[in-house]
Amino acid sequence: MMEKQVLVVFPHPDDEAFGTAGLITKFVNDGVPVTYACATLGEMGRNMGNPFFATRETLPEVRKKELQDACNAMGVKDLRMLGFRDKTLEFEDPELLVSTIAKLVDELKPSLIITFYPEYGIHPDHDACSAAVIETLKRMPKEDRPTVYALPITPDREAVLGKPDKTFDVTDVLETKIKTIEAHRSQTEAMVARLEDGSMDPNSEMMSFIKQESFWIYPFDE
Amino acid sequence: MKPIQIEKVQEILETFENKELYLHLETTSGAYAAQDKEKLAVGAYIRNGSIKFTNVKMAGSGPFRVGFKLNDGWMYAEGLTDYQLDGGRLLMAGHDSSGRLAVAVQLSYTPFD
Repeated sequence: MMEKQVLVVFPHPDDEAFGTAGLITKFVNDGVPVTYACATLGEMGRNMGNPFFATRETLPEVRKKELQDACNAMGVKDLRMLGFRDKTLEFEDPELLVSTIAKLVDELKPSLIITFYPEYGIHPDHDACSAAVIETLKRMPKEDRPTVYALPITPDREAVLGKPDKTFDVTDVLETKIKTIEAHRSQTEAMVARLEDGSMDPNSEMMSFIKQESFWIYPFDE
Repeated sequence: MKPIQIEKVQEILETFENKELYLHLETTSGAYAAQDKEKLAVGAYIRNGSIKFTNVKMAGSGPFRVGFKLNDGWMYAEGLTDYQLDGGRLLMAGHDSSGRLAVAVQLSYTPFD
């Protein structure tokens, strides 16, 4: 699985944590350059903490720091914050999203892109972001197109899309993955507490979910 | 933020009467709420809307309600629990018991970022 350059495109800080932080870490450890393009700063996050650690106005800075910490944990050196606003992606001019992503693709010439699976993202930003990635790539000559590891997160994903094309066991980088999840403290603190105090059963559904990362290769149908 | 004290916040709110203001108003149940089939994901959001009100009143015994009488209409919000004066801006929010924001009303003389 030697890739030349990996480009990860997600709309929110923490979107990478549960589904792909392990695979990203493996690429970094193998010396593959990884760029993480994060479209927003998750400005509309709801968790302000108890006691409070943020207000609606300070949350973007908190999450920006968490995103940088997460990249440091994974060893990702190239973080691009694209400057869109949380929960507005589906309302943006699609051409603006496409041209923003196209610029990254032109510059980096990734051999692999990791993003959500369009229409299987649950959150409207997930779907708008992944749709823009796919649209960008559809406009490229077929032979130049990177592979897309698409991540569907709807509960019916296997029923509709079948079994994943790629499944990675990330047990060997689990410590880093958990550090990445922890870095997004504003979003994950309740869960992290359970990871840290050992009350989470290593054989629990959550742990087996974290230890495995599954992707579907996006089928460009032409 | 700190818990709303109704008299204190009422006093602050009145200082914004009859001024040209920027408004941030939101409610949200979270984008994932509809994953629970019993629930409807709802939300509304306006950032840097223009507003001017002639009267304002906080009501309730906590969580609180706030109503603004506009020249040509009304605006109100409910479920408010906490507030903060932040460099001349008034931030009010309603948080549930685990600290999740469900409603926010914010007033400012200058646009929010």
